[in-house]
Amino acid sequence: MLPAVKLIRILLFLMVLSGIVACGSSEDASSSSSVLNRGLSAEPESLDAHKARSLQAADVLRDLGEGLVSFTATGELTAGAAESWEVSDDLLTYTFHLRPDAKWSNGDALTAEHFVFAINRLVDPATAAFYAQFLEDVSEMKAIDDHTLQVVLARPTPYLLSLLTHPATFPMHPGSLAKQGENFARPGDLVTNGAYVLTAWIPGSLLTLVRNEHYWNNANTAIDEVRYHILSQETTEYARYRAGELDITSAVPSDNFEEVKRVAGQELHIAPVLNIYYYGYNLTKPPFKDNPELRQALSMAIDRELLVEKVTGRGETPAYSWVPPGVDNYEPTQLSFAALTQEERNQLAQTLYAEAGYSAENPLQLELRYNTGDTHKKIALAIQSMWREVLGFEVVLVNEEFQVLLANIRDKEITQVFRSSWIGDYNDAHTFLNILQSKNAANVSGYASEEYDALLERAAEQVDLSRRRLYLEEAERVMLADYPAIPIYFYVSKHLVKPRVAGWGDNVLDYHYSQHLSLKAEQ
Amino acid sequence: MLRYTLLRVLGAIPTLLLVVVLAFLMVHAAPGGPFDDERVLPVDVAANIQAAYHLDEPLPAQFARYLSGLLHGDLGPSYRYRDYTVAELIRSGFPLSLRLGVLAMALALLVGISSGIVAALRQGSMLDRMVMFFAVTGISIPVFVVAPLLVLLFAVNLQWLPAGWSGASGAAKYILPVITLALPQIAYIARLTRASMIDVLGTDFIRTARAQGLGTKVIIRVHAFKPAIMPVLSYLGPAIAAILTGSVVVEEVFGIPGLGQFFVRGALNRDYTLVLGIVIFYATLIIALNLAVDLLYGVIDPRVRQR
Repeated sequence: MLPAVKLIRILLFLMVLSGIVACGSSEDASSSSSVLNRGLSAEPESLDAHKARSLQAADVLRDLGEGLVSFTATGELTAGAAESWEVSDDLLTYTFHLRPDAKWSNGDALTAEHFVFAINRLVDPATAAFYAQFLEDVSEMKAIDDHTLQVVLARPTPYLLSLLTHPATFPMHPGSLAKQGENFARPGDLVTNGAYVLTAWIPGSLLTLVRNEHYWNNANTAIDEVRYHILSQETTEYARYRAGELDITSAVPSDNFEEVKRVAGQELHIAPVLNIYYYGYNLTKPPFKDNPELRQALSMAIDRELLVEKVTGRGETPAYSWVPPGVDNYEPTQLSFAALTQEERNQLAQTLYAEAGYSAENPLQLELRYNTGDTHKKIALAIQSMWREVLGFEVVLVNEEFQVLLANIRDKEITQVFRSSWIGDYNDAHTFLNILQSKNAANVSGYASEEYDALLERAAEQVDLSRRRLYLEEAERVMLADYPAIPIYFYVSKHLVKPRVAGWGDNVLDYHYSQHLSLKAEQ
Repeated sequence: MLRYTLLRVLGAIPTLLLVVVLAFLMVHAAPGGPFDDERVLPVDVAANIQAAYHLDEPLPAQFARYLSGLLHGDLGPSYRYRDYTVAELIRSGFPLSLRLGVLAMALALLVGISSGIVAALRQGSMLDRMVMFFAVTGISIPVFVVAPLLVLLFAVNLQWLPAGWSGASGAAKYILPVITLALPQIAYIARLTRASMIDVLGTDFIRTARAQGLGTKVIIRVHAFKPAIMPVLSYLGPAIAAILTGSVVVEEVFGIPGLGQFFVRGALNRDYTLVLGIVIFYATLIIALNLAVDLLYGVIDPRVRQR
């Protein structure tokens, strides 16, 4: 046989082997106007609401399920699976009335017992739920009858309703758990009570949700099918949006934001969210242990306005408080130097730096750790130069892989200054303030103030919301005066939304339920 | 023959075991764990989750547990894709990676060899220079640059092809990833073929063939082709390796749910079982292929069996 012929045969064989001929998959890219294509920046680790953890999983779960309470497109609390509720005068007992017509996606009636079943599973150690302590202030949840659910609290928890919008508190269908065991969260098996039901899931690629015909508000749900495309690269997601393959992106690329702004125009949605970007100090070791002057000096020498304008540049706001603005029933306290000009801050910072015993001859030796990421690197470089110019020391930048940084922060052995952030779980100052309580596991700085802890305790006991608020604000003031961390900026949510998508609302929690959206007819 | 086969199969077991041990140790040596997150868990919750996945046990105990699962054919659950087992993820990812790799290899051979031959025949011509220009750029521009450029041109601007994988229908979605993956190999193979074809065309036996009055087509097909592609054949091994590693980037850029993507994500997320599973899977595959080749030698060459 001639070699050329042989080679061609081999090639043909390879082609057939690879199955290109038969690879036309059954995925139907029909351009039907009721299909919504959304980007999702990471794979949900699970669609079992008790095994899920990430924001991305919660995004999908909010389309699939529904708690007692829900949010409108613009972030106001609204009735969910419960159509109404009463609160006792001492704020300790909530009685929820479920919608009589509420059903599961398989047609079964949704009853109060299903909420009780879910919370029992949530707190059961065998479930190994990430949010096992999410409802720790709830002392009892009981079904009065099929449609009445009573929640008894150990102490007033004014943000309870906000908690009850979280997927960790959604009801569960006991029948499908009994039948499927731990594998119930699979397409075709997952029984949910929200506007959509999961029909397909290709790990690493795509989740497909279709309208739940049994949902109580199905008549007002416009979009028939929602596809979540798992796209971890911002630039890839952006390309797909521009190619017309996505209606909504989960993010916007950071490196060419100016171009995006110019091209996208009105399609770009930037809005404040409950999310802080900060640098933590390791307060358990020198040089920051018992050294508030030094901590204050470093914090003051950072020009936050310059950072958000020149480095992040996507509409972020400089952070002079710990709790972000926009939290319900709260006015964040400001850092002591917030009212000064940067010039004045720098001078004061130099004085404090000198008082702490450092000088040009004896400069501070410091390492700043941050995880891999373009923005993180740029911010670290900018802060390095600010500290150099204002205080005259050279901080050593240490770039670490995210999991390495997290482990180092947790160990509190070699860290000094490190990058971190915190995202509010619900719309209340508590979700930010409680992580600096001395016993809180998320207290990565190791901040321990008896006064602060006591103020938070007092706040937690208050029935009167305005008094509670005063305690919380006072707690924040006390904490900020200790400088346990450097608030840098408050994040914004960044989405691209095609003009054909109607019903989009910006909100501080960055929740965007598909059921609130609709698609305008193409021109 | 049976004895020889048996010996070889048994001989592969220690190799595989060594791979498992090393991979296990390396994965666990990386700092951080699968459940570390910026949103730090309450202490009790964290301890409970560690216990649920047996991560609180000493490493030897964890290894024994893993090995015993492995012996029963169980690669364990994924820590990051908690609704899936590692075996399920490999089953869903490998066919895609294989298909991409095979298609890219086929394309690279087809285009690389033919453009190399054409360039060799028209040595010094405009066409030759163009082919070589593309070959040099193809080799020097990395995959992560080529991919977005192709997407920008063909998907965003011209809108001929889908920009991504998920939700796209039919074979069109393979085109850009396969081209991206094949491009550096096309370039390399074209250069190899051209150089060796020029060498061959200058040899005495080709001159003799010409003197006998044979046409160019016949000379190339009958006499020159076979010796000219020998260097290409010996390059196939490195090419396959390059395509395997290249597919990691391509799968990431195009969002293709293949093994490469799972591997990268698994490593970043400290998804111990997923990374281990993929390493063991590839190791087994390579060992099995080597074994098959050796056994084939045994069939062809009786002297091998005698040893």
